[in-house]
Order: sequence, then C-alpha cells, then structure tokens
Amino acid sequence: MTIAANLLAAEESSPLLPHMYELVVGGFAFLFVVLVVGKILTPRIQQTLNERTEAIEGGIQKAQDAQAEAKALLAQYKEQLAEARHEASRLREEAREQGAQIKAELREEAQAEARRLIEAAHAQIEADRQQAFAQLRAELGRLSIDLAGRIVGESLEDEARQRRTVDRFLEELESSNAAVR
Amino acid sequence: MKALTVLAAPEEFKAPGPELFDIPPVVSGVAWLTKPVLLALLSSLVVVVFCWSAFSKPKLVPRGVQNVAEYGYMFVRDQVARPFLGKDADRWMGLLLSIFFLVWVWNLMGVVPFLQFPVASHIAFPIVLAGTIYLLKIYLGMKHQGPIGYFKNMMFPPGLPKPVYILMAPLELLSNLVVAPFTHAVRLFANMFAGHLILAFFSAVGFWFLFEQLSPLGAPVGVISVVMTIAMTGLELFIQFLQAFLFAMLAAMYIGGSLHAEH
Repeated sequence: MTIAANLLAAEESSPLLPHMYELVVGGFAFLFVVLVVGKILTPRIQQTLNERTEAIEGGIQKAQDAQAEAKALLAQYKEQLAEARHEASRLREEAREQGAQIKAELREEAQAEARRLIEAAHAQIEADRQQAFAQLRAELGRLSIDLAGRIVGESLEDEARQRRTVDRFLEELESSNAAVR
Repeated sequence: MKALTVLAAPEEFKAPGPELFDIPPVVSGVAWLTKPVLLALLSSLVVVVFCWSAFSKPKLVPRGVQNVAEYGYMFVRDQVARPFLGKDADRWMGLLLSIFFLVWVWNLMGVVPFLQFPVASHIAFPIVLAGTIYLLKIYLGMKHQGPIGYFKNMMFPPGLPKPVYILMAPLELLSNLVVAPFTHAVRLFANMFAGHLILAFFSAVGFWFLFEQLSPLGAPVGVISVVMTIAMTGLELFIQFLQAFLFAMLAAMYIGGSLHAEH
C-alpha cells in the first residue's frame, strides 16, 4: 500500500463518517455485553450485595440484641443483689430487735421472779414472826402466871380471871413498851 | 504504518495524520474484517469474560476477581447511577455498568502493547452507544412524561419569564435532540482520536530521530520524544478512564432526565 492510496483512503472516508460494518459489529458487540453483563450478571451481583447488606445489618442487629440482653441481665442481677442486701440487713435488724426484746423479757421475768421470791420470803418471815410472837405470848403468859402465882402465893385457878389478868398485864407491858419507844 | 510512511519518503519526516485510522482489512478482500472490528469484538469478549468470572457465582465475602469487579460496580453505582437516577439506580445498573466497562476496555485497547488502537477512535462505535442511549432517552421520556409532556417539559421548563421561552424553547429542543447525542458520541471519539494521534506523533518522532536519522543534534529530540510518549501514555490512561466515566455519566443523566422532568 502506498502513501497515495493512504491519502486517497483518508479523503474517501472522513473520520466523522461511520463505516456501516462497524456500526453493525459495534451494535452486536454492545448487545452481547448488555445481554450477558447487564441482564444476567448484574442482577446476580445486586442480589449478593443486598444479601451482604442484610447479613451485615443482621449481624449488627444480633449484636445489639445480645448487648441489650446482657444489659438487662446485669440490671436484673444488680437489682437482685441489692434486694438480697436489703433483705439481709432487714433480717439483721429484726434479729437485733428480737434479741433485745428477748433480753428485756428475760430481765423482766427474772425481776418478777426475784420479787416473788422476796415477797414469799417476807411472808414467810412475817408468818414465822407471828407464830413466834403467839408462842412467845402464850409462853410468856404461862411463865408470868407461874411467876405471879409463886410471888403472890395465890392460886389463880379460875380460867377467866387468869386470862383477864394476863391480858391486862400484857397490855400494860405493850403500852409501857410504846411509851418507852 | 510508520515504516511505510518512512519508506515512501526516506529523506523527510512526515507526521502521522488521519490516515493513521484507515487500516486495511486483516484479510484482503474481506472489507469489514479490520483491526478496529476485531478489537471491538475482543473488547466485548474481555468485558464478558471478566464480568462472568467475577459475578457468575458471586460470594457474600468477595475474593479475587469479584473484589476488583465490585470496585467497578460500586464506582458506577455511587458515582454514575445514584447521583442521576436516585432510587431508580439499581434498575439501570446493568446498562450503565455494561457501557462503562465496554467503553473503558475500548479505550484501553489504545495502550495495550501491539494492539494499540483505541476502538472508540472510530466514530461508529461511540455512535452505536450514544444512539442507543438517545433512542432510549426519547422512548423513556415519552413513556414517563407523555409524548407531549416530554417536549413541553423539555422546551418550556416552568418558572421562567415568558419572553425567555422565545429564545429558550428552540435552543432547548436543538440541545436535547441534536447537540446532546452528537456531543455524547463525538466527545468520546475525539478524545480517543486525538490521544492516539498524539501518542503516534511522539513515538514517530522518537523513532525517526533515534533510528531512522540518528544524529548528534537529533538524538536529544528523540529522547525527549520517547519520554513524552511515556508521559502521554500515562495521561492517556487517565483520559481513557475519564471518558468512559463521562460517557456512562451522561447516559445516566439523559435516562434520569427522561424518567423525571427537570424542575
């Protein structure tokens, strides 16, 4: 091919005028690509990308759920722990109160018992004293009569007179005691 | 080609011109079987094989090719489809992804060693894509806005003082129906055409001064030329990507404009 032929060819076909066969081949080539890439392959990758997005979002959702669950559990445990602490302190307080109460009751009982014992002792003593006093009184009467009989020499057989005399003597004795006191 | 040129005029350097793009048939006699045609078919095959290996059985956790191709998909979706189509983006991703990958591979053919011919520098190929988008644009516009509503929205966008429409209506009509598809195709074509010409020029100069006519004075020019060829190849790689992106973006813009009347 010579330069003349080249120039001729260049003049024949301006670069702005398309060749018919290139239009046909270009159209065919484009159609081929659009059918395979555009119609078959693009939907596939789009589906995969959507699935990937869903998978990632699902993963994030799952993680968030797990985190929320863990948080709820933690809160629940904390609440339970606080409740247990509260309960324990309440029990301690109650026990302390009960202990104090029992102590007070025991003391009360013991004091009552002591009082009762003292009172019983007092009563016993009083009774003993009364008894001793009565015995002493009788003894004293008899001794006094004996003594008086012996001194006076007169027999005081008569019971009534005897008693009257003794009583009078004792009264005199008591009143003289009171006077002394 | 360069060798032929040099052979024809051994004493004189001739810069490569538009004849660079007139390539004889691979098999003489079969006029349609040319290098651009073969490269176009190869490009389609490359795109299809690449996408097939990446997306035929996509995995939830991407590996290897799928990873790389997903970058492309994400890029087209986030930079091209979503800004112009919004919630309709996914429906048009197939078309936009095909356009982006195909145009990019067409362009890349310009720097692949030994192939070295950008398919889009033959205007027929951009015309096919731009024409398809053009027809789709008008079809979608009439479908979604009504045959009359489409042209009404196009020529008489609401909210302007009445006299403005006298000037605006015909301009908008011309812009949308003639200029837009023309520039859509020609922008890609011209960029690839010029880029290929520049690369050819610098490499031809380098070849001339370093091999054909080696001389003390010419050698530095040849070296500079070779350096420029390398630098320009880098620039060309960027422009190839940019043009593919722009072409797909304009397609998305036209489709989006037809789906919803501009306000």
